[in-house]
Amino acid sequence: MGRKTLIPIGPYHPLQEEPELFKLYCDGEIVTDIKWETGYNHRGIEKLSESKTYDQVFFLVERICGICSTSHPFAFANAVEEIAGIEITDRAKYIRSVIGELERIHSHLLWVGLAGHFLGYNTVFMWAWKYREPVLDLFEMITGNRNSYAMFKVGGVRRDIENHKIPAIRKEMSVIRKKVDLLTGAVMDDPVIHARTKGVGVLSRQDILDYAAVGPTARASGVDIDVRRDDPYAAYPLVNWKVITAQAGDVFAKAEVRLLEMYESASIIEQCIDALEKMEEGNVALKINDIPPGIGTGRAEAPRGEVFHFVVSDGSNSPARHKIRAPSYTNIATFKKSCIGQTIADATISLAAVDPCYCCTERMAAAYDVSSGEKILSANELINISLKRTGEIRKSNAGHE
Amino acid sequence: MGFKEFCFRKSLWVFHFGGASCNNCDIEIIDCLTPRHDLERFGILLVGSIRHADVLLVNGSINRRDKDRLLDLYNQAPKPLLVVAIGACGCTGGIFAEGNTFAGPVDKIIPVDAYIPGCPPKPEAIISGIVKLAGKKG
Repeated sequence: MGRKTLIPIGPYHPLQEEPELFKLYCDGEIVTDIKWETGYNHRGIEKLSESKTYDQVFFLVERICGICSTSHPFAFANAVEEIAGIEITDRAKYIRSVIGELERIHSHLLWVGLAGHFLGYNTVFMWAWKYREPVLDLFEMITGNRNSYAMFKVGGVRRDIENHKIPAIRKEMSVIRKKVDLLTGAVMDDPVIHARTKGVGVLSRQDILDYAAVGPTARASGVDIDVRRDDPYAAYPLVNWKVITAQAGDVFAKAEVRLLEMYESASIIEQCIDALEKMEEGNVALKINDIPPGIGTGRAEAPRGEVFHFVVSDGSNSPARHKIRAPSYTNIATFKKSCIGQTIADATISLAAVDPCYCCTERMAAAYDVSSGEKILSANELINISLKRTGEIRKSNAGHE
Repeated sequence: MGFKEFCFRKSLWVFHFGGASCNNCDIEIIDCLTPRHDLERFGILLVGSIRHADVLLVNGSINRRDKDRLLDLYNQAPKPLLVVAIGACGCTGGIFAEGNTFAGPVDKIIPVDAYIPGCPPKPEAIISGIVKLAGKKG
């Protein structure tokens, strides 16, 4: 056994746009263990949600994550509509799907760019982000903002996509296809990219099942899951599309799945806007007066996998409990399989390959021992500290009486 | 020409600190560097270490865990340093200001020279803010 070296990546590393800390334990150049720490991004969203009304919660869940800022409102709307038993209008369904798929395209393009950056192909980074801009322009045209679209509400959507805006969307979709063709051609035929990504960060089908990974990470290993098909919502059952899977499970397969998914998204958007054009404008939101008491679960397929929201309503105008599970929560755990045994250079792209999103995942609080800086208190220890503190307070109160 | 003016008269190098953000401002900051907006034409470069930086961009609400690290970074930075708070969360805490882990907006922790509001601010707004700050006399 050689000397073990600890290489920290983060928490404020120029490579990452989000704060998180990876500890790579290395023996020579080989990664032997990996640990990750978060908490730099914890904002207490579930608790905040209980203090907001159902209309306000949409603005809050949208700000869980800026990249997938439609998938969280999507799942929350599904959960609340399950409680209230609401069936939204067809036009609202199509609009929701258009927004969801546009977001998938811009998120996947963003990932392709970042993956290129991690591999040292800054040209790919610049290209992909240049191609992403027109999609954001479409968002600005439809919703008024480049990110955080504020389109969803209980019972429908806030804004209609007027028919005169549809030709612009259709034109952009044909342009996007050509750009993705170009990217696919340039990226997927490059022998160096093949050498860097094939057989790197392999996750077998069993690994995916063991770690309950979701989304493109799972689909790249041959696990055929997609919430849009398995638990249909919005307009997905009304249009024709297919779930993309690959078998290899390496970084290359994950890139392949994402690139091909962009074509599917473009096709879904085209079918949705065709349907929208045939309908009458308006009638996109139902008037909802109150949410009855009950329990609702909502699922949505974010660009990174399944988003799960669980809402308990007590009949008041704000949720009594709101639980969120983001896809990266399970996907990040697969690092234990994909990174160990790789060289440090390959570990970076393996980390990036699942498109981890930390702002989505920050749902827990960990306690640190300030003096050593290392020790993390377990749940039991925390409870013991809490019990001790209660005892002390009780004792001091007894003294006062 | 004062000392501060002298320091900021040419290319500004920028360090980015993303606090407990939703990632939107982070992405828009990186977006400024990509071909559509291309911040580098102003000589503005994103650097990897605060010790090389003239400007510290802070976005996101600052939670209790980020607070000490932000202070550390500020203390490590060579002075004079311009601090820019980006986005609604950076300026005021935004929607997360009532959160149980919130440790105060950026200007309660370190002195801030400019605020760029918006959720998220458009890249144009970020560029305009930084260029204005660079052109400011004194």
